[in-house]
Amino acid sequence: MIAESMYQELILEHYKHPQGRGLREPYDAEVHHVNPTCGDEITMRVKVDDGKVADVSYDGQGCSISQAAASVLHELAAGTTVEESLAVVDEFTRLLQGRGQVEPDEDVLGDAVAFAGVAKFPARVKCALLAWMAYKDAVVRSTR
Amino acid sequence: MVQESFDVERIRKDFPVLSRELPGGRPLVYLDSGNSSQKPVQVIDAMRDHLSLHYSNVGRAHHALGAESTEAYEAARDKVAAFVGAPAREEIIFTKNASEAINLVAYAFGNPLNTDPRFRVGPGDEIVVTEMEHHSNIVPWQFATQRTGATLRWFGVTDEGRLNLDDLDELINERTKIVAVAHQSNVLGTVNPIAAIVARARQVGALVLVDASQSVPHKPVNVAELGADFVAFTGHKMVGPSGIGVLWGRAELLDAMPPFLGGGEMIEAVWMDHSTFAPIPHKFEAGTPPIVEAVGLAAAVDYLTEVGMPAIQDWEHHLTGYALAALSEIPELRLIGPRDLDSRGGTISFTLRNRAGDPIHPHDVGQILDDVFGVAVRVGHHCARPLHLRFGIPATTRASLYLYNTTDELDALVRGLHHVQKVFG
Ligand SMILES: Cc1ncc(COP(=O)(O)O)c(C=O)c1O
Repeated sequence: MIAESMYQELILEHYKHPQGRGLREPYDAEVHHVNPTCGDEITMRVKVDDGKVADVSYDGQGCSISQAAASVLHELAAGTTVEESLAVVDEFTRLLQGRGQVEPDEDVLGDAVAFAGVAKFPARVKCALLAWMAYKDAVVRSTR
Repeated sequence: MVQESFDVERIRKDFPVLSRELPGGRPLVYLDSGNSSQKPVQVIDAMRDHLSLHYSNVGRAHHALGAESTEAYEAARDKVAAFVGAPAREEIIFTKNASEAINLVAYAFGNPLNTDPRFRVGPGDEIVVTEMEHHSNIVPWQFATQRTGATLRWFGVTDEGRLNLDDLDELINERTKIVAVAHQSNVLGTVNPIAAIVARARQVGALVLVDASQSVPHKPVNVAELGADFVAFTGHKMVGPSGIGVLWGRAELLDAMPPFLGGGEMIEAVWMDHSTFAPIPHKFEAGTPPIVEAVGLAAAVDYLTEVGMPAIQDWEHHLTGYALAALSEIPELRLIGPRDLDSRGGTISFTLRNRAGDPIHPHDVGQILDDVFGVAVRVGHHCARPLHLRFGIPATTRASLYLYNTTDELDALVRGLHHVQKVFG
C-alpha cells in the first residue's frame, strides 16, 4: 500500500483540523493562487512586523494535500522571522520537486517532512506547493 | 441474455496489461478507458509485424516495401470506412487525433483560401456548440469565432445531464454556420439526440460536426445514418494506438474545403509561387502520415468487429446498470449525469462526501483508489471545465468502462469508495 507513504497520519490530522485557518485582519498583503488543473484554491494574507511573521491567515478549498500543506505552513511560519520562514519554504520546495530522490532536512522542515511521500506523485506536487508558493508571493509583496 | 454469452474472461486474455500486477501486489482494475483504452495483443502484433517486415514510407516510395506499406495504410482506410459505414473510402481522413480532426474542420471556416459560401464566416454569423463538450470541441470553435468575428453560442445542460433542447429553434437559426456536438459526453455518459439537431440544422442550412470520440469505440456508429456532415474520432480510445485519429466528412464538402496543413503528399503540383492540391483524402494528409498507427487502428477495427459492436454495447449496458445500482447504495455519492440507462453510455462521474457530509476532493478519492486497490479512475475536470462550472464543482471522479471490464471490478470500485470515506471520515 503506497498510499500510506503519502497520506501520513499527520497530513490527515492537519486536513481534518486545520491550524490557523480563516482570513484575519490586519495584513500587509493578500494573494489568491489557484491550481487550474484540479480547482485547488487558496487566499493567503501575511502580516509582517519588524522582519517577523506576525500572522499567516488563509482560506481555501481543495484536496487533503493542499489543505494540510496550508495548515502546516501556518504552524511553521507564524512567529518566525521572514528569513527563517523562507528558508523552510525553499527546503520544502526542494523536497517536493525532488521526485522522491531528495533526503529532506528534518531540522529545517519539522512537521513538513510528512509531505516527503507526495514528491513521488508528480500530479500532486502542485497541490502541496500551492499554499507555500502563495505564502512566498505574499511575503515578497508585504516587504516591498 | 446477450451478456451471458459475452466471454469477458476470454477478452481479458487478449489484453496483456490486464493481468499485470501493480507494485505492492495490487491487481490492476482499469476504469479509465474513456481517457484511453488498453490494447489487445492483436493490435500490438500487427504493429510489430509491420515495423519488423513491411515498414517504409507510403505513397512516394516506389519499391516493394513502399508498395506493402502503402497497401497496408490504404487498407486501414478501407477498414475504418467500412467500420463506420462511410459511403466512400476517400471520405476517411487520417489525422493525429480527434482534436486535429476537429481543428481541420474549424480552420476551414473563414479561411482566406476558402471559396465555398458554406465556410464563409463573419460578424453576425454563429457557431453553436454545447456546454458538455470536451475542450477539443470548444477551443477550435473559439479560435474560429475569434478569427472571423462570428459569435459562439451553446446549448445548456439540464440538472440530469441531458442537453437542453428547449431553445433548439432559436439557437440553431439562419445565422448558424455549423453545430458541433458530442455524440456521447466524456463526463456524463449522455448520448445526445443527434437526429433532432441534424433535422433543425438542415432546415436552416447549417452544417453539423459530431464528436464521436466516445461513441465509436463503444457501439455501432454508422455515419450515413447519423446524418451529420463531419464525424471525428480517435484511435487510442478504441483499442488502437495513440497518434491516429479520423475525420469522416461528406466527399462533396471535403472537396469544397480549403486544405488544412500544407506539405508533402497533399499537393498535386507545386511552383515557387503557388500549388495545386491532391484530391481527398490526401489533400488533408500533409507529410508522412501515422503509418504504423493506421495499421494498428485497422487491427483494432478488426478486433472490435470480431467481438461485435452490438455485443460490446450490450455488455457495457449491463456493466453500466450494475455500476449505477451499486453506486446508488452510497448515499454520500452524487452522480453527475443521467441516473437511468436510457441514451447513456458507461462513463460514470461523481462527487463523494464522507459520512459526516464533508466533501472529499476527487484527487484524494483517485489516489486512495489507485494506491490501495489498484483501481485506475480519472479525477479532475476531464477536459470539460465548462461542464464542471455548470454543475458548480471543480472536479469529479470518473469511472469509464469498456468491453474488458467486469462486475468484479465494479465491486472493487465500490469497496474502494467505502475505504476512501473511512480514510477521510
Ligand atoms: C468527447 C471527446 N472529444 C475529443 C477528445 C479528444 O481526443 P484526442 O485527445 O485523441 O484528440 C476526447 C478525449 O480526450 C473526448 O473524450
